[in-house]
Amino acid sequence: MSDTATRAEALKQQDGALAHIAYVLRSNPVTLLAFAMFAVLLLAAVLGPLIAPFDPLQTNASNALQPPSFTHWFGTDNLGRDVFSRVIVATRLDLAISIAAVALSFLVGSVLGSLAGYWGGWLDAVLNRVFDTIMAFPLFVLAMGIVAALGNTVENIVYATAVINIPFYARLVRAEVNIRRDAGFAQAAKLAGNSDVRVLALHIFPNALPPMMVQVSLNLGWAILNAAGLSFIGLGVRPPTAEWGIMVAEGANFIVSGEWWLAIFPGLALMFAVFTFNLLGDGLRDIVDPRQRS
Amino acid sequence: MAGRLSTIGTRIAQSIPVILGVVVVSFVLTRALPGDPAVYFAGAAADEASIAEVRTALGLDKPLPEQFLIYARDVATGNLGQSLSTGQPVLEDLANRLPASLELTLTALMLSCAVAIPLGVLAATRPGSAVDHLCRVLVTAGVSLPTFFTGVVLIYIFYYLLGIAPSPLGRLDFIYIEPDRITGFYLIDAALAGDWETWVGALKQLVLPAVTLALFTMAPLARMTRAAMLSALSSDYIRTARAAGLTEDKVLFTYAFRNALLPVITTLGMVFSFTLGANVLVEKVFAWPGIGSYAVEALVVSDYAAVQGFVLAMALLFVALNLVIDLTYTLIDPRIGFETK
Amino acid sequence: MTNETSRRGFLKGAGATVLGTSVLPFLKVLPAAAAGSDVIVAVTGQTINSLDIHRTGTNRPSYQVAVNVYDRLVSFGTKTLEDGSLSYDYSVIEPEVAESWEFTDDGMAIVFKLRPEGKFQDGSPITAQDVKWSFDRAVSVGGFPTVQMKAGSLEKPEQFEAVDDLTFKINLLRKSKLTLPDLAVPVPMIINSKVALEHATEEDPWAMEYLHKTPAGSGAFKVASWKAGEQLVYERNDNWTSGPVPEVKRVILREVPSPATRRALLERGDVNMSFNMPNKDAKELSGTEDITIATTPIENAIYCLCPNLSFEPFKDKRVRQAIAWSVPYEEVFQTAAYGRGAPMWGGPSATPADIAWPQKFPYSTDLDKAKALLEEAGYGEGFEVPLSISLSQTDWMEPAALLIQENLAKIGIKATIEKIPGANWRTASLVEKRLPLHLETFGGWLNYPCYYFFWAYLEGHLFNSSNYRNEEIETLTGETLHMPVDDPDYAPKIKRMIEIAWDEVPRIALWQPALNVGTREIDGYEYWFHRQLDVRGLKKS
Repeated sequence: MSDTATRAEALKQQDGALAHIAYVLRSNPVTLLAFAMFAVLLLAAVLGPLIAPFDPLQTNASNALQPPSFTHWFGTDNLGRDVFSRVIVATRLDLAISIAAVALSFLVGSVLGSLAGYWGGWLDAVLNRVFDTIMAFPLFVLAMGIVAALGNTVENIVYATAVINIPFYARLVRAEVNIRRDAGFAQAAKLAGNSDVRVLALHIFPNALPPMMVQVSLNLGWAILNAAGLSFIGLGVRPPTAEWGIMVAEGANFIVSGEWWLAIFPGLALMFAVFTFNLLGDGLRDIVDPRQRS
Repeated sequence: MAGRLSTIGTRIAQSIPVILGVVVVSFVLTRALPGDPAVYFAGAAADEASIAEVRTALGLDKPLPEQFLIYARDVATGNLGQSLSTGQPVLEDLANRLPASLELTLTALMLSCAVAIPLGVLAATRPGSAVDHLCRVLVTAGVSLPTFFTGVVLIYIFYYLLGIAPSPLGRLDFIYIEPDRITGFYLIDAALAGDWETWVGALKQLVLPAVTLALFTMAPLARMTRAAMLSALSSDYIRTARAAGLTEDKVLFTYAFRNALLPVITTLGMVFSFTLGANVLVEKVFAWPGIGSYAVEALVVSDYAAVQGFVLAMALLFVALNLVIDLTYTLIDPRIGFETK
Repeated sequence: MTNETSRRGFLKGAGATVLGTSVLPFLKVLPAAAAGSDVIVAVTGQTINSLDIHRTGTNRPSYQVAVNVYDRLVSFGTKTLEDGSLSYDYSVIEPEVAESWEFTDDGMAIVFKLRPEGKFQDGSPITAQDVKWSFDRAVSVGGFPTVQMKAGSLEKPEQFEAVDDLTFKINLLRKSKLTLPDLAVPVPMIINSKVALEHATEEDPWAMEYLHKTPAGSGAFKVASWKAGEQLVYERNDNWTSGPVPEVKRVILREVPSPATRRALLERGDVNMSFNMPNKDAKELSGTEDITIATTPIENAIYCLCPNLSFEPFKDKRVRQAIAWSVPYEEVFQTAAYGRGAPMWGGPSATPADIAWPQKFPYSTDLDKAKALLEEAGYGEGFEVPLSISLSQTDWMEPAALLIQENLAKIGIKATIEKIPGANWRTASLVEKRLPLHLETFGGWLNYPCYYFFWAYLEGHLFNSSNYRNEEIETLTGETLHMPVDDPDYAPKIKRMIEIAWDEVPRIALWQPALNVGTREIDGYEYWFHRQLDVRGLKKS
């Protein structure tokens, strides 16, 4: 096959992909909505401090615990800080934590899982035992332990979240690769002179992508919730940094006394973000799943 | 048959290194925790000398390898030590608290499966329809709520405002008689004793925390069911089955659903592990005397024996669970083999 | 097994009430009142981890068992505070197991006469041998009980003598005003030595394992059941010989970690008492119908901001003073304490008028003065410092730290807030004393200023987390610690100590904390210095 032909082929494929995306979006309004919500999140994350009406850290003890009003849309917290501004500004940090954590576990998990699934042998056995060991811990408690041992910084929250998620990706990839390593198309690709790595990366691994995407979407949400849970038991980021989890955790104590806005708004923001990631993942699955192309 | 038995044997043998790994990790993790338990437990007005006494009493003055050997020996003999924060033998604490956590988790999972799997199948049979989208939005909304937040809101609405739910005071309001301990599951024990008054009381306490957890666990199950059903339905053998004129019900349940079960069971295993973790927070909110809240308290005060005991108990539970899942795999999908080449 | 049966028997009574009420379909939540007129239900956020205060690792909330289930030789009196609530009275020592006592002529020994009718809960008589065994135990087991006994100059078993069955003698190492009050704190409780010795073994001569779960005392209440992390049930000792038999038959103490839940339970009337409530809830619920909130400032306790003298900028007194002038006291008090407690700032003069302790420090918020002092000290450009708080006390430490951080920034000091896990907090702040700037909470059980100074201002002492040392304070504290308060030298020396502490401010007082207790349909709650629930005087109203 000549060079130009390959390029033309690629171009055609690209066109096809775009058309496919457009098709999926048209046929699936919820995914379209998810993309719109994701855009809002991204916007809030990028512009954050610019659009916040108040300094999220500025306390004002005389203006504490004010209910939502025209000036303070989401009310003020126990130190008189503007809840709306804090919710907006927190977007960047929360997204950063979850994306970093998931990217890390996706990467490490895919590599380890493919190796284990394709070559098997002692590598598979050892890796499987390691994953089993990690998964033998209730994940949240393991994350707690890691953060408690390493200290509560943003990086450690990311590492802890990544570590507990690696086995999920690795096992998924391993299972998919394991089933397909002797499948006809893989054998054919190998006979055609492709190296093991190439067959693995280009022919077998992409088959694992659809379930992986579902996993990623779930994990992005879980990562945020995980960080929030860590905050709830006091292992979150440092004050006075605005972060949704801490705001909900601290606000939860105020609900019974009637100051519902402290927890509800950051809780809704949290929910909005997790919701977006989850819907998005579902949508992505439809796009990447080659079997849906018809 | 002999092949299958040896497969199972191999699989069980494979869990031994995991248990060993867990013993090591639990030891390392607890020793890496910040803080000095000796100082913490020596009490408010302790001086250097009394802290040193406590340290010796706890065996923390010995070198780490020696501490590990002592620990490993104790574990091997079934001695998990004594928790410093509750003052009870760890084994006894765990035995008392594990049924509470399991009862809550299993109830929540059953509730969750009962809703999520039919929803997932329903969504997969009508992909792209309004029903599909609605399912998606509903379960996704559930998983998007932090459990501690849901818990507090549910208590606020159903207990504080409406007064429908009982006071969130653990497994049984103090006005009921605790059923005689047979399994440690209040619902089962009360039923066995024929004490329906207590059974209802225990169930009432269980509703809010179980719903909190179920809301949270529905999404992964429903989504995995839907995804797996979709891929199964779009596969060649389903096309063949349909072409062969099999009834839609038979296609759906005998062929598609059976094949879709594999990822669903994997997910169920993960969800179970995840739920026990999420339990920690729910147990805290509902004052539920389970092992999750026990572990958190122990972790916060660096109560080594309790954290280690908890981790070991969990490990055993999970090794057993993974074993069951893997063995189920072989039954459902014979393509997967354990004999590593 | 016997334990199990008796507990079931007792619960059956309560269960019967339920059967009666549960047939009413509309009575969805059983109010606490329906649980019986002689049963009190209380909630607390903390776990009781042992029934024996002498045990290593027994936590603070467990001290209440020593108070309610055991007796001491002597106790403190009771007084009514200005707001009508009850408090123990430090100035009055009353008989408990002892019916009288006197000092020998040389003042180097105290002889106690025990009540002849005194009985343990199992019906056996309380003898001087029991007292001696119990005291020997307290000074021998090490850890907290031994330290607390030492504070009253009770250091070794040879000091304790059982003269005859009803006469007990303590030989003093030195004359100290602290000895008698130290006999009324929870630690020197009297244990039934016959029962304990039956369960003592070679490795465990003090029956630590047995008494940990099975109290053997003579107190007003017995422990009917105890599930660590869930609840403790007290049942009245109908034959209490050391005081008037309590009015209530049972007290159920439930552990509920979430403060929001505890508040809801009290508000909804499902419990009679919420012990140690957050300040915010106390503030908002006071004035609510049916709920009485008792807020008692904790004696001899101050919440402080402590600059550590081991770190360069804080070696200079002017820097410490600058920080003291920069704290937004009023805002901190209102935001972190919701105005519960007593202000400790804005004192009128740099020299104390009397020896009351704690009293207002002569600082208030004055940023100009703070800046000027920093300039003078050569830190006009400011500096950076971590401000450490404990993760287990974030409820007040976090808002306080945030407000302090903000004002420090205004005088050029850049503080970053560092949360330290509860397990690490004591090690870092008190034992290693390595936190440059942090919050601290010491309160002394024995209510004397010299006792506070002894723990918090002497070099190397546990609560001196600032690594402070001042020769004059070292000398004066040593001189005043055992000196009677009515000694003519006492007041001038204490005033001098306070004056130095104010000028040098190694501890910047924020406010005097308060203990909040919410009650509903019950009377007789009494505040104690040990800040634990004394259920002996409670009654349904």
